[in-house]
Amino acid sequence: MIHIVDYKAGNITSVQRALSHLGVESVITPDPDILRRAEKVIFPGVGQAASAMEVLHARGLDAALREAYARGTPILGICLGSQIVLEHSEEGDTACLGLLPGMSKRFVFSDPSLKIPHMGWNRIKIIREHPVLQGAAADEEFYFVHSFYPRPEDPECVMAECEYGSPFPAVIGRANLIAAQFHPEKSGPAGLRILRNFAAWNGSGR
Amino acid sequence: MLSKRIIACLDVRDGRLAKSIKFVETKDIGDPVETAHRYYEAGIDELVLYDITASSDRRDIMLDVVAAVAAQVFIPFSVGGGLRTVEDCAKVLLAGAEKINVNTAAVQNPQLIADASRAFGAQCVVLSMDVLSVPPASGTPSGYEIVTHGGRTRTGLDALAWARHGEDLGAGELVINSIDTDGTREGYAINLTRKIAETVRIPVVASGGGGEAEHLRQVLTDGKADAALVASLLHYGITTVAALKQYLDQNGVKVRIT
Repeated sequence: MIHIVDYKAGNITSVQRALSHLGVESVITPDPDILRRAEKVIFPGVGQAASAMEVLHARGLDAALREAYARGTPILGICLGSQIVLEHSEEGDTACLGLLPGMSKRFVFSDPSLKIPHMGWNRIKIIREHPVLQGAAADEEFYFVHSFYPRPEDPECVMAECEYGSPFPAVIGRANLIAAQFHPEKSGPAGLRILRNFAAWNGSGR
Repeated sequence: MLSKRIIACLDVRDGRLAKSIKFVETKDIGDPVETAHRYYEAGIDELVLYDITASSDRRDIMLDVVAAVAAQVFIPFSVGGGLRTVEDCAKVLLAGAEKINVNTAAVQNPQLIADASRAFGAQCVVLSMDVLSVPPASGTPSGYEIVTHGGRTRTGLDALAWARHGEDLGAGELVINSIDTDGTREGYAINLTRKIAETVRIPVVASGGGGEAEHLRQVLTDGKADAALVASLLHYGITTVAALKQYLDQNGVKVRIT
């Protein structure tokens, strides 16, 4: 059973639809007590870091996520969820969850042909093998929509990179946390495989 | 580097896949859910479901189509046609669409773009525009005018100015549908698409006129489009998603190969 964190951050039902297609049971919950006891957590998100953190804090979900991480619950962050697991975001100069040291950064390009947001399909390059990334083909593409990206302090936390202007971390993680900047639920069969891998993962990673 | 996207457009009338002929008549060419799933399996990058149902009291059928597509298609898709209010948009997003697509309603009420963008984020809001080439005039200096109702209604709006305005209001993407090339299968409107792509900083999708893979290559390179919309090319089995992508890949256009 996977619990999906509900904090008013975008259309999280698409994650649930993808899981039910895979035959994986899931529940969407705004309840911090349920999250504390959850077997597995998906932390999705579309929107802005500051308003997301406000809602998380108001509902006590920030503390619950920190506890779940500390007790070893496997957690999958998606999109905004991969940014606000870090300590800080440049978006609205926001203090974030701090599960991993680092910050999320804004894309800055001098080349006007590099549009922001980075929206569409792009390939990732796996830097470090991880059970959740298992089975990926070389140069497999995933669907991205974002203007900020996660930059963990420790390069060992970068599992995969994507290139847009220059390389940026596309999948980050440590121990029982893994987080993708792209949307696995919108990335066709390649994305579904990541969700299936997560459903089977016991949380032992790097 | 981002891949160029190929987007299949499905016109839906009363819950059935329709092909409009010069915007007037339509004929039933299949089941939209089954077709959407088939293109998904074939590796299409994105879908547009466009509701062309004439009567507004039958629009809820579209929400069922959207929900059924969302349950089995795990790529982004947008929904358009008849969305006049933020509440209309919220309904299709809740049913499972990734983006909403506005056209005539945005011309009549540009605030809809701003309101939807604030409510759902710019990445959710696609502004479609039907464009007709006209002799340059004071109101339309670019020589491209925005039209509605399939080209029958002129608006006096300059297409480049409207594209900029749409971006300023908060649209996250533009679909440029050329009335001049639509249905011709003789190629996309390259100059129009390039002019708009050079004017805005949001992605531009070319629509209207695609008849073969080379037309896609042209508009994705010379036309500077980020994506190309295809409809009858696929619906009538003239080509396949795989064949289009293979041609583009072999001719220097980066596309997602599955």
